[in-house]
Amino acid sequence: MRVYLLLIWTWTRAAARYPASFALMTVAGTVTAALEVAVIWVVFSNTTTLGGFDLSEVMFLYGTSGLAFAAADLLFSNTDRISQHIKAGTLDAMLIRPVGTFVQVAADRFTPNRAGRALQAAIVLGVALARLDVPASRAWMIPVMVVCGIVIFTSIWALSGALQFLLTDAPEVANAFTYGGATLTQYPLTVYGADLVRGVTYVLPLAFVNWQPGLYVLGRADPMGLPYALRFLSPVAAATLAVVAVFAWRAGVRRYRSTGS
Amino acid sequence: MPTLHRRFLTQPPLLSLYAQLVRYGFRKHATYWGAAAAGAFTNTVFGVLRAYVLIALWRARPGLGGYDITDAVTFCFLTQAYIGPMQVFGGGLEVTQRIRTGDIALDLVRPAPLLLWSLAQDLGRAGYLFLARSLPPTVAGALLFGIVLPGDAAVWAAFAASFALGIVISFGWRYIVALATCWLRDDRGLAVMSLVLTMFFSGMMLPLVIFPEPLGTVARALPWAAMVQVPADVYLGRADVPGALAFQAVWAAVLLSLGALLTRAARRKVVIDGG
Repeated sequence: MRVYLLLIWTWTRAAARYPASFALMTVAGTVTAALEVAVIWVVFSNTTTLGGFDLSEVMFLYGTSGLAFAAADLLFSNTDRISQHIKAGTLDAMLIRPVGTFVQVAADRFTPNRAGRALQAAIVLGVALARLDVPASRAWMIPVMVVCGIVIFTSIWALSGALQFLLTDAPEVANAFTYGGATLTQYPLTVYGADLVRGVTYVLPLAFVNWQPGLYVLGRADPMGLPYALRFLSPVAAATLAVVAVFAWRAGVRRYRSTGS
Repeated sequence: MPTLHRRFLTQPPLLSLYAQLVRYGFRKHATYWGAAAAGAFTNTVFGVLRAYVLIALWRARPGLGGYDITDAVTFCFLTQAYIGPMQVFGGGLEVTQRIRTGDIALDLVRPAPLLLWSLAQDLGRAGYLFLARSLPPTVAGALLFGIVLPGDAAVWAAFAASFALGIVISFGWRYIVALATCWLRDDRGLAVMSLVLTMFFSGMMLPLVIFPEPLGTVARALPWAAMVQVPADVYLGRADVPGALAFQAVWAAVLLSLGALLTRAARRKVVIDGG
């Protein structure tokens, strides 16, 4: 952990040497993320509800998903560069250092400008909460779900990193699960097919990022009729996925054969 | 390739040179079939996610923008199919990298215009990515949701022409963005600006027919609409075909001319910098 902080601080100082570039990339990331908000705006300029949820509720789901994803993306998404490290042979250097491989890969080329995206999601969440008027008796769930969401997304990054030990040539497959997961959780799951919802509840637990706990915060019955208790199980789902991710990552590293370059 | 060298030395650049470049562009990308397959998979997953959102919207507002649910789903998978060949997320041209490294100086003195050289390579790339990254998402969409399949051969012919024009327009736009690096020095800011404009105004994220007015009218007149929205409308039989093709041809001509002008200006710029 201390090494991780030291490494990201080093990369942050490196980024700060080019302030114009840093500012530009922060703005760029924020603007790209704002496109998703523009899409929600266009959708809701045509309708008042989407899948049974109104604009404030969709903004709440977008904000919580976006905040968790952006934080995980900021801190750990560099693990999706593992295939580049394998191809370039730089992974060999990491393996012989006395620090965990995951920490090194995640901190390598840490780009603090991705914080712009987290800020944007936090603003959307703030606006949504101001419009929703959530009672304090249910609002405690919001920080819990964001933290669980960060753990879930980080585990997915690690899993896709582990997958790249097998699919060195096809890192883009991972995007379907990482960015795909972020896209999926931006909307109420009622818009998706029932099979897909069961899949993201019981297999890849994306429903626990913001959907199940979000139903609790919003005080809504589950439109899919899944058990009530599920909305409190985000920490369990996040912890389980994290354990799976740790094993997958270790299996990937063990399976790695250097190209000798 | 000694045959190419000999021909190159003895003859002025002919059509065959460009045909060769198209072939090389195709072959170069065909080497990385694993990456293309991964791209096709990802495009399909996102197609499914987007399709569900559009279905929910059209359930709430049947007939919105003149589309029915099947039209909306078809639109979604067509646009996912464009991502590879039209390089909707930007890039795909070597020019940007060559400007940064300075190799562009060499490209500018070649006995073939840089614009046509790059266009030929890009068409080869688009041809391969059409096979590898456009067909799979479309077939998956057809199997999972059912999409519109025009029965009329004339619609298919019009769509083929419109799709090809869309690729040329996308090249024209990306070429201008790439050459602008000569003046702005930083390609990343430009790339993001281009991405945002292309994604939003092309219809890639949502069909332009549901944009609130007057934004919708403005968006439908811009070159990005000619890349994504217009070919999709031609496919769905919702466009006046001659008008749509003329609209695309005008934008293709405008962007390519602008690209040619920028190339000339870049040639002077490179000389001033000392190459």
